[in-house]
Amino acid sequence: MRYLPLTKNNREEMLSTIGANNIDELFSNIAEKVSINPKFDLPNHKTEMEVEKHLSLLSDKNLHADNSHFFLGGGSYKHHIPASVDHIIQRSEFLTSYTPYQPEISQGTLQYLYEFQTQVSLLTGMDISNASMYDGSTAAAEAVSMAKRITKRNQVILSNTIHPHYADVIKTISGIKDSEFFYGRNFSIDIDYLLNEVDENTACVVVQNPDFFGSCYDLSSLAEFVQSKGALLIVVVTEVLSLGMMKSPGAMGADIVACEGQSLGNPMNFGGPYVGLLSTKNKYLRQIPGRIVGESEDVDGKKGFVLTLSAREQHIRREKATSNICTNSGLCSLAFTIHLTLLGEKGFKNLSRLNHESALNLKEKILKIPEFKLLNKSFFNEFTIELPIKGEVFVDRMAEKGVLAGIPVSRLINNNKELDNFIVVASTETNTEDDMNSYIEAAKEVL
Amino acid sequence: MKNSNKGLNHDEPILFEIGGMDKSGVDLNEPTFKENFIGECFEDREIGLPGLSEPESIRHYVRLSRKNYSIDAGLYPLGSCTMKHNPRLNEKLARLKGFSEIHPLQPLSTCQGALELIDEISTWLKELTGMQAVTMTPKAGAQGELCGMLAIKKAIEARNECHRTKVLVPDSAHGTNPATAAFLGFDVVTIKSDKNGRLNFDDFKENVDKNFAAAMITNPNTCGLFEDDIIEIANYIHDAGGYLYCDGANFNALVGKVRPGDLGIDAMHINLHKTFSTPHGGGGPGSGPVVFSDILKDFSPAPLLKKDEENYYLVENHNDKDIDKSFGRLCVFHGQMGMFVRALSYMMSHGSNGLRQVSEDAVLNANYIKSSLEDILTPAYEGYCMHEVLFNDDFLSGTGVETIDFAKALIDKGYHPMTIYFPLVVHGALLVEPTETESKNSIDQFIETIRELASKTQDGEDYFKKAPIYTPIRRLDETKAARNPVLRWQKNDVIAAE
Repeated sequence: MRYLPLTKNNREEMLSTIGANNIDELFSNIAEKVSINPKFDLPNHKTEMEVEKHLSLLSDKNLHADNSHFFLGGGSYKHHIPASVDHIIQRSEFLTSYTPYQPEISQGTLQYLYEFQTQVSLLTGMDISNASMYDGSTAAAEAVSMAKRITKRNQVILSNTIHPHYADVIKTISGIKDSEFFYGRNFSIDIDYLLNEVDENTACVVVQNPDFFGSCYDLSSLAEFVQSKGALLIVVVTEVLSLGMMKSPGAMGADIVACEGQSLGNPMNFGGPYVGLLSTKNKYLRQIPGRIVGESEDVDGKKGFVLTLSAREQHIRREKATSNICTNSGLCSLAFTIHLTLLGEKGFKNLSRLNHESALNLKEKILKIPEFKLLNKSFFNEFTIELPIKGEVFVDRMAEKGVLAGIPVSRLINNNKELDNFIVVASTETNTEDDMNSYIEAAKEVL
Repeated sequence: MKNSNKGLNHDEPILFEIGGMDKSGVDLNEPTFKENFIGECFEDREIGLPGLSEPESIRHYVRLSRKNYSIDAGLYPLGSCTMKHNPRLNEKLARLKGFSEIHPLQPLSTCQGALELIDEISTWLKELTGMQAVTMTPKAGAQGELCGMLAIKKAIEARNECHRTKVLVPDSAHGTNPATAAFLGFDVVTIKSDKNGRLNFDDFKENVDKNFAAAMITNPNTCGLFEDDIIEIANYIHDAGGYLYCDGANFNALVGKVRPGDLGIDAMHINLHKTFSTPHGGGGPGSGPVVFSDILKDFSPAPLLKKDEENYYLVENHNDKDIDKSFGRLCVFHGQMGMFVRALSYMMSHGSNGLRQVSEDAVLNANYIKSSLEDILTPAYEGYCMHEVLFNDDFLSGTGVETIDFAKALIDKGYHPMTIYFPLVVHGALLVEPTETESKNSIDQFIETIRELASKTQDGEDYFKKAPIYTPIRRLDETKAARNPVLRWQKNDVIAAE
């Protein structure tokens, strides 16, 4: 077996050092209770070539973003990743190291996380950020739990245009009772609804921006109102590139920001692994969950970095911790920070604009089809179209023509008939003129 | 800037000191649109993101990388972390476009291969654990714990027994166990370990009452020992109307050898980044699928993977009939697909015969280390260990050297230290997990090094207190970092937390 270095002789020698007659003797206390060495209905070992062939065949069965005309978003986006990103994250020292518990031999990881925390804080316009969460949805759930701890209140109000699966994750992880969970599912954000529901029991209001349907909002006055009631405003961002053209959530007054960072450096991967970003104000620092890297100095006075504020964390505080989180998304945050470093200020803003431009171009073309109705009054790189037929039917027919044409809203919200004909369509810097023309041609045929 | 490099050991300034606002390592076309459609929140703001050209970026990150220890460069004996070799075939396959470039919400007819892969890895996990069901969505081990305990909570609610709020957790457990239970509103009661490093069954029984909900037990436990009474404990739990959650972090000791399903457990998470070799990546991403027994499986989170005569499909909304008992959803999509590809590649490469060899070699290596060091270090418990061996700090008594000093001296000898001061049940704990991917030669060298250091403790503490001296940076002031947190770079000065 190619991954196991011990030889038969080694094993015998080692058993004799131990003083055991055979390997099963080391398991004898278990064997007294339960049968060991069970028979499995599983194949025996395979060569590298055989494994590669099997998984390649499975991979070949899937239509992917590079062999189709691809227009999906909704929290997972196709962007071009510079070649050097994947090269660097595969360096042994990054790929095969553990959480940086021993700072003297982990400065590489610690320093890039410190840089990552700074970049994330700049993007979101917030004071501080942690060293990443599993993904945007779990970051949003942790943000809600954090708001409940800070305000010591339980009621949570979700904007009706938050990604429906994010809403489910928040409700599940933050353990919100039905009676304390306010969330309606329809197309446009209803600020009046949010304002009406906020009262002295409200821990937080959660708004996604741009929202699930692609629309963008200035949340400044909402933030002011929410805070005047002693509650917190949590802003969720699923497309981090939008921050290159929009007021930052911090500038709009957000108390906590939870983002999905996949768009920078990380492929779509059928939904994971991704990288969640979590930022907040200085005053809430000790309520933030997860790993945080801080600056310090060594015994010679040399500057370095350590994991810090661990008194919040499960391995120290156990049942009194701010969260149970342990692992974060180390390598995905590395990909994020490398991509952002390669882009820099100018590149990031440029890329953001190219995404917007791509969506503008698609909109122009799509609106030439009379049956299509654009529902957005604003968008960044995705928008919602109302079709004359069911969204699911449309995207299935389009897929047969090699076009992945959007996300039918009914796949995520299956109890609101009004939304059945809606699809959310995204276009990024990777979409070409040819992709868009193919979309239009196919759409004309299937409608 | 003063040059303080030492040979191959380069100092590397932080990005914000070397990057430029006018620099970029990516060539992009210039956008040409005249009017934007962003609306009221449009802003052309100054963000402050420094850029680097491609050669500068690569140098920055390569220089940083050289300050890290890694499993590729040396033995990484972190107990309870299972730092084994990460096969590169797995990396290659995870990058196949049919896995990496697919969207979680594309039509199911266009991603049948991906769903088939999830079905295959599910089958492997159910078979290897002897359990009836599996959910693949938990993002890491701690989220797996959350998943299992949420299912238990939901099952208790379904029985209308919401007074059951008590969760028993041994004092040797990972911190995530009590944190998870408390996060869900359970009352955590800590159960003491006995003198043999196992859960104290008598103390356990005394704490089981009408409010008992569940126990969270790690097996093998973090002392590196199998909980010999596990079947009796499981029966006792079930008779009392509770559930047994098993922390599967240490499954590497059992894989292919013992089925957790034979031990009476109701739910267990599996860390794909431990037992099934997906890389730890400096702290993630992980992946923590959870296996369930029949009595809990209906409470699994969305989505649920199913198959009709021809095709795979996902039941995604919890108001769908198939999953109307589900406790909800743990993440926006379907879990860590990139990790599933790697783990399946690993499982297939070993096969069921190879996986049995994995646990046997892991246990053999740990016991070999124990036997080779027991005359000079002090094992915490007698008898054979499982895949990791636990020592206490008795061997340091009177030398002035503490566990942390011993660990730091090991760094100067070219090793990442073992897990120290954990589990909490042993004074000055040193927990060594070599894994099965170390050669005998490598383990012999490690043993030799430990022996040398252990002898050296008799010569006084100086050498140990100064260590490490050969690292890019020496011991850091962690108290200062926590008292005056500097968590990001600032243009002018650093900010302090309020």
